[in-house]
Parts: sequence; C-alpha cells; structure tokens
Amino acid sequence: MLLLVVAAALFGRALPTWTLSLATIAASNALIALGIVILARTGNVSFGQGLFYAAGGYGVALIANAWGITDALVQMLIGAVCGGLLGIVIGPLLARYSGIFFGMLTLALSMVLYGALVKTTALGGSDGFNIGRPTLFGLTFTDTREADFMLYAVSVVTTGLAGIAATILFRSELGLASLAVRENNLRVEYLGISSNWVVTINFAIAAVFAGASGSFALMAQRHIDPQFAYWTTSGEFVFVAVLAGYQSVAAVFVASVALELVRSFSNLYLPNTWQLVLGIFLLGVILFLPRGIGSLWIKQRRKRIDPPLTAVTVQKEAAQ
Amino acid sequence: MNFFLTVVLDGLIQASWLFIVALGLTLVFGVLKILNIAHGSFYALGAYIAATAVTTVAAHGLPPSFGFVAMLISVALIGSAVGLLLERGLLKMFYGRDEVVLLLVTYAVFLILEDATKLIWGVNPIYATQPYELFGNIEFAGLSYVGYDLVLLPVSAAIGFLVWFGLNRTVKGKIVLAVIHNEEMSVSMGVRVNRVYAVAFAFGVLLASLAGALTAPKISMQPGLSSDVIILSFAIVVIGGLGSVEGAAVGAILVGLARAASVHLMPQAELFMIYLIMAAVLMFRPEGLFKRETARRI
Repeated sequence: MLLLVVAAALFGRALPTWTLSLATIAASNALIALGIVILARTGNVSFGQGLFYAAGGYGVALIANAWGITDALVQMLIGAVCGGLLGIVIGPLLARYSGIFFGMLTLALSMVLYGALVKTTALGGSDGFNIGRPTLFGLTFTDTREADFMLYAVSVVTTGLAGIAATILFRSELGLASLAVRENNLRVEYLGISSNWVVTINFAIAAVFAGASGSFALMAQRHIDPQFAYWTTSGEFVFVAVLAGYQSVAAVFVASVALELVRSFSNLYLPNTWQLVLGIFLLGVILFLPRGIGSLWIKQRRKRIDPPLTAVTVQKEAAQ
Repeated sequence: MNFFLTVVLDGLIQASWLFIVALGLTLVFGVLKILNIAHGSFYALGAYIAATAVTTVAAHGLPPSFGFVAMLISVALIGSAVGLLLERGLLKMFYGRDEVVLLLVTYAVFLILEDATKLIWGVNPIYATQPYELFGNIEFAGLSYVGYDLVLLPVSAAIGFLVWFGLNRTVKGKIVLAVIHNEEMSVSMGVRVNRVYAVAFAFGVLLASLAGALTAPKISMQPGLSSDVIILSFAIVVIGGLGSVEGAAVGAILVGLARAASVHLMPQAELFMIYLIMAAVLMFRPEGLFKRETARRI
C-alpha cells in the first residue's frame, strides 16, 4: 500500500498543471471524509466537520503568520494538532449523543464558530485573510507548477498514510468495537467497553484528520474565510463519505476525486447548476448504490439480515 | 423600560414568522421522522413565488391588497403541490432506511432546489415591498412600528392555535397524533399511514412557504436565504424538542428574543447567541425542552 501511495504522489509529475490543484483539494477532502467514515462506523454522522476544518485552517494561518512558519509539513501538523485539541475537548461532551442529535450538535457547534468568525474583524470578518505560499524543508518554490506539485505530493502522501492508518484502525480492537457501538451501544456497555470512550477516540481521530485537511485547503487556496465552518461545507464532506460508503478506504479517494471532477466540469459547462448536478448525483447514489461506490468492487461478506417484518412494512408492500 | 419593550416586541415579531417555519419542520419530523434540511428551501420558494405574484399584480395596476391575497393563494397552492409531489415522487422511495440517510436525501433536495430557484429567479436580489405598507404605521408605547409586522403576530398565533386545535380536538388530528406516537399500532388499527405521511409533509411544506410569503415583503430575496432560515429553524425545533408544537412556539420566542436582544446589544454575537442557547439546551436536555424521554429497545 505504501508503494501505491508513493506511486500516486509521483504520478503527479505526469498530470497537467490544472489537475494538480484539483487533485490537492480532492486529497484534502478525502482526508476529512475519511474522518467522517471513521466516526460513522460508530453510527454517528458529523454534520459539523467544518468546525475542525476551520479550526485547523485558522490555527495554521494565525500561527504561520505570527511565527513566520512556511513549511508545508509543519503547517499540516499544526492544523492536525489544532483540530485534534478541539476534538479532545468537544468529543467527551458529544459522545453521549447519537443519531440525529449528534449530527445537529456538531452542526450547531460549527455554526457557533462560523458566527463568531464572521463577526471577528481582527480575523478579516467574512472576507478572511491571505497567507503566503508554503515551502518544504527550507526549499522555496518560485515556479508555480513546482509549488503545486509539492503541495500535491504532500497532501497525497499524508492522505495515503492516513488511509493506511485507517485500514489498520478498522481491523483493530477499537475499530471492531466501533462497529459494535453502531449496532447497539447498550450491549457494548454490558460487555465492559465504554461506548462513550470508543466514540470519543474516533471523534478525536476524525478531528485530527479534519484539522490537517483544513491546513491543506488553506495552503492550496492561500486564503481562508469563515466559509470553512459553514454547514454546507460540512455537508459536502458528508456527501463524499456517503458516496464512498463505509466499507472501503480506497472508495473515499475515488469518491473525492469523482466529486471534484463533477464540480469542475459542471462549473465549466453548467455554471450555477453544479449544486443541482450534485444533488441528483447524491440521490442516485443513495437510491442505486445504498452502500456507496465501494460496493462496486467489494463483495458483501455476510448475508444481510433483513429487518423484522412489521405491520408498517406489510402495509407499504401491500400498497405498492 | 422602553428599551426592554423594544427588544421584546422586535423579538416577538421575529418569533412570529420563525414559529410558522419551525412548526412545519417539527410536524414533518414528528410524523415522518425526517429532519428536513430542504425545509429552508421551501421557505425561500414561498418567498420567491410571493415576489412574483406581488410584482405581477402590481404590474397590472391593481392595489397592493390584491397582491397580498394573490401571493397567499398562489403560495398555498404551489407549496402544497410541491410537497405532495416530493413526498409521493421521491421520499416514498427511501422510507425504512436509516434516519441519517433520509437526512441526506433532504440535503440532496436542498441542493437541487437551491439551484432551481437560481435558474428561475436569477441571482440578483428581488423585492416585493408593495404589501408592506398595507397596514400603515402603528404607534405603540411611543415607538412607531410598521403595521405589517404587528399583523404577523396574530396571524402566527392563529396558525399555531389552528394546528394545535386540529391535532388535539379533531378526529383526523388525533389520527395524526396516533401516527406520531406509535406508527405500528396505528397501522394495526387501520390507519392509512401513507396518506398521513403525504398530507403531513405537504402541510409542512405549505407552512414553510407560507412563512416565506408572509416575510417576502419585509426582506430581499437572494441566494443563501434558505440556508440561513434552515439554520434558525433547526435551532428552534431542537430547543423546543423535535416533533413538539408547544416546543416550536417556545423555541421560536426564545430565538426571536435572543436575536432581537443581540441585535440591540451586541450585533456581532447574533448567530453565536442562538447556537449557544441550542447547545446549552442540548447539553442539559438532549430531547429538547418539551419532549418526554422515550424508552428504547435493548
């Protein structure tokens, strides 16, 4: 898998310049969506990953501007730490909730940050502010193609490593316990595992990924504004996660690239309607690929257990 | 004292239209168990349709009162039609799936409607101010208020009362309540849940678009309207308790007052305040202020 990551990074050499920044954003979105997938394995969908995305982005932008840090790797680490710290603080509070309430609370918290950022004139208010071009290991890139390639390589390698880490996590005790929490958190508690703890750890991991992703988005755009924390931004990340399905790490990358391609092509040919295209795309995936595009190449290992037949389903079937 | 009164009145005026939106959202959640992200889009749809109706009437040289009536009728017709169409044509296919999946389906509908309104009405702000002067200005406690704003208060209260009365004092309403409480049992008793679903969803859309129409003369219609409104109404129903009519009323008043107070005291904290209240309520009463905790299956 490591070879695959290195190959993907070097593949950037062959890509035309305009696809490099697109691929960087796709890798960054894949990273944050990976966090959502990790969290979703506990049955909780976060509609407010924008909170950590913005925390990472703003954290990096402020620290980088204050201390003159321009190294891309260091910036990424700062972003991850900012996201992770916030995640560790909020995680235990949110772990008690599940389902829709969990989603709503995460959304609420991200909107609190959005509301605060929009009105903070010291941080540029709703316009945000700019930062300089990142460097790597003391190297400054004057050629824009070189700079784009550097960022592409760093983001692809980071996301790839995160993907490998996630695969290991999924097979670990914690990863399996997460699935159990999704099925029934009370029974997990009876087995002597704290389901709150499981959710908190997964939440913190997702926050770290989101923070790092925010730093990549910042470095790619060299600009940050409160839109990072707006709920529609978070919605797009959930979109990638749903598109991918919750079974395969590779599917997250494919989904993220697919989304970016759809976005740039509809921007090109159908300006003003890319959300429309996105919405139809999303409906199609939910309807025809309920387990995400990952299910295209991953065969189901165990037979699906049909939900118990209830009076409601009987009536609905009779009506059809 | 005067300042206090200003905040309370401003808050109640805000609360009046917020309540109508939130009522639709909470009813749809109560009956269908869907948290409808597209609800704000229906509000925006109502506002845009109202603007078209008002400007069409004005273009024919008819008085603004005609415009007011025309906008209410057109929004009521189109709103409920869109609701029925969406429920029967789209949502029906996803029943029985996870509630988060349904949330995403409505998110997709939100995305689609967002661009659909842009395609129909463009991206430039649209105004429909003619009916706003309909009721003149009213002096109240030394302050001058636009009559239209004050008229919204009894209108909203009447809608709230009608919904409460319909649910609690009529047979059809009690059937809806039965579906809210226990869908399975009501099916066993011979209730046609599909029909209740369709009507409830259409009614929710109707309420959202009606609120949009009623506020259309006060605001400028432009993209982004729907995502702002849905955020506010989410906060309201979560504060009040998802699926509770009383909760929607109290939540709307709380949010309205919080908005008015922060506009007067600390304009920079407006959105922040509302979500702080919501987060605080959820921390201490995750089910919202007005919802009893329910037993769950182990």
